[in-house]
Amino acid sequence: MTADAFLRIEGLCVHFPVRKGLLQRQVASVRAVDNVTLSLRRGEAFGLVGESGCGKTTLARTVLRLVDATDGAVWFDGENITALKGAALAPYRTRVSAVFQDPFSSLNPRMKAGAIIAEVLKVHRFAGDITARVRELLALCGLSERFADLFPHQMSGGQRQRVGIARALATDPDLIVCDEAVSALDVSIQAQIVNLLEELRLRHGLTYLFIGHDLSVVRHLCDRVAVMYLGRVMETASSEELFSEPQHPYTQALIAAIPNPDPVSEEARDTALLKGEVPSPLDPPSGCVFHPRCPLAMDICARIAPELEPVRSGHAVACHAVTTQPQPETTTTGERDDR
Amino acid sequence: MTDLPAKDLSEPDIRPAPSRLRASFARDRKAQVGLVILLAFLLVALLAPLIAPFDPNAMTLDMMSSPSLTHPLGTDDLGRDLLSRIIWGTQISLFVGVSTVALALILGVTLGVVAGYYGGWADMIIMRYIDLQWAFPNFIIAIYLVAVFGTGLLNVIVAIALAFLDDFARVARSMVLTLKEEQFVDAARVQGFSDLRIMFRHILPNALAPIIVQATVSVSYAILGEASLSFLGLGVRPDTPTWGLILADGRSFISQAWWLGVFPGLAIMLVVLAINFVGDALRDALDVRETGP
Repeated sequence: MTADAFLRIEGLCVHFPVRKGLLQRQVASVRAVDNVTLSLRRGEAFGLVGESGCGKTTLARTVLRLVDATDGAVWFDGENITALKGAALAPYRTRVSAVFQDPFSSLNPRMKAGAIIAEVLKVHRFAGDITARVRELLALCGLSERFADLFPHQMSGGQRQRVGIARALATDPDLIVCDEAVSALDVSIQAQIVNLLEELRLRHGLTYLFIGHDLSVVRHLCDRVAVMYLGRVMETASSEELFSEPQHPYTQALIAAIPNPDPVSEEARDTALLKGEVPSPLDPPSGCVFHPRCPLAMDICARIAPELEPVRSGHAVACHAVTTQPQPETTTTGERDDR
Repeated sequence: MTDLPAKDLSEPDIRPAPSRLRASFARDRKAQVGLVILLAFLLVALLAPLIAPFDPNAMTLDMMSSPSLTHPLGTDDLGRDLLSRIIWGTQISLFVGVSTVALALILGVTLGVVAGYYGGWADMIIMRYIDLQWAFPNFIIAIYLVAVFGTGLLNVIVAIALAFLDDFARVARSMVLTLKEEQFVDAARVQGFSDLRIMFRHILPNALAPIIVQATVSVSYAILGEASLSFLGLGVRPDTPTWGLILADGRSFISQAWWLGVFPGLAIMLVVLAINFVGDALRDALDVRETGP
């Protein structure tokens, strides 16, 4: 798995210090990302899901070098980029770009769409005809050339997000981090943008790290998915397998929480929703961070944090209840409860 | 959904900034009045040698005479023609007002942007200095600086600019603190833009509105500041006709010669008012988000 890893996140921790008082002494730390290990193959779309505050955005920002890692490393195409600075970071900046969540705030309100894209080309000393390239990038994202002369406030959310994607493509990157790239859009627009992202990936051989909380979007777009909870990865699997055979009780609960549009089957469905709230990352529970809310919690769960262990090829779970016992073939939470 | 802009945007305002500015002035009656007054004063300043009826420093025996046909605004205690002095004073007062604020703006905004963007130690050091300056009245600082550097027009400009810089630093810093959390700043960093480019091409243009408001307020204070320094004998040479100095000189004769106080005061008031009107319009025009159909 490590040999063909294009982006490898290794034991990554991002802790934010909480300072108090006159001397700004550190009194605690928020463990936004805690010992996360993931790897992405070249050309795949990797989804990262979890509730708000589970650390998925912080993870994305660390990969983008907007936040510094406390511990661990991020390897990109064989190079450790965790500590690169200044000029050493420049090549990485051209190969990795990002699409952000809020299309209202991710474009400079004082610049026209064309200027926003052209600036990226200018900064990276694009050799060809910049105007033509801007037009080409807009066209790739389904926008006609007259959008180059519009300010962000003159466009709709979907159009802005397309400009954001065009900007992300300007440096001809290999990896695009999509931080909740469609969450702020209307459902009808979401589908368009998701399709656009998919099309671009296939056409340009892009790799995506797609952060989202909408499971159906992630299922549609991503090849593999990691589920995060309170800064840790609970389960990783291929997108197909994760949704059809979720192993971790948290993943099962997340999938059970997907709204079902059919009222008849919804009525019949046995939904075991999670109780309680996500604990504060300031003071995470001991052992497995999920144990206070887990239907399968055992004694060991409160003491020892489970490692992410493979249950079959390409499917790993961090759960004592799953990995210490032989796998039953059934997956519904109801039958799980008696174990 | 199609990719056409929504209906109300069918005629988007995509004109370049200058014509947007013109359009916003065309709608705004106050801005027009302000602009006319400012242009009039500017014209007076430029044409001072031609339109002033007398030498501003020529003394006559016709002292403290009330407004008449020869001296439309009267004469002062040394028999100098008040109209001519005010006309010549326009030059100096406008120059001091504008150049002081320009200098204070450049220095203060730079400090504020750097403090706000980098945070940490840079912020700590810059803002503690600004706090220190904040603790003293601006005017005291200006007096101190003039006392150190000596009097004269240039020193007065520098002194007032340094005394006013803290206001600009504060406004700029607070804007930067808000704006640097915007995603377009993250996007710029991800694209590998330099800090300098992010600060001055992306953040600053979005922070201009309150800075312009601060500048218009400061121009009036700068004109008054020069007047006050001159009044204390710390400004320009006492025979130089500046509005502040004329006003200050006239103060002692306010009960005998009302015109010595009223006319220079009126000139200051008109200019300050006009600058504020124009500043308001400028702020609206610069904020592209507010220029709807």
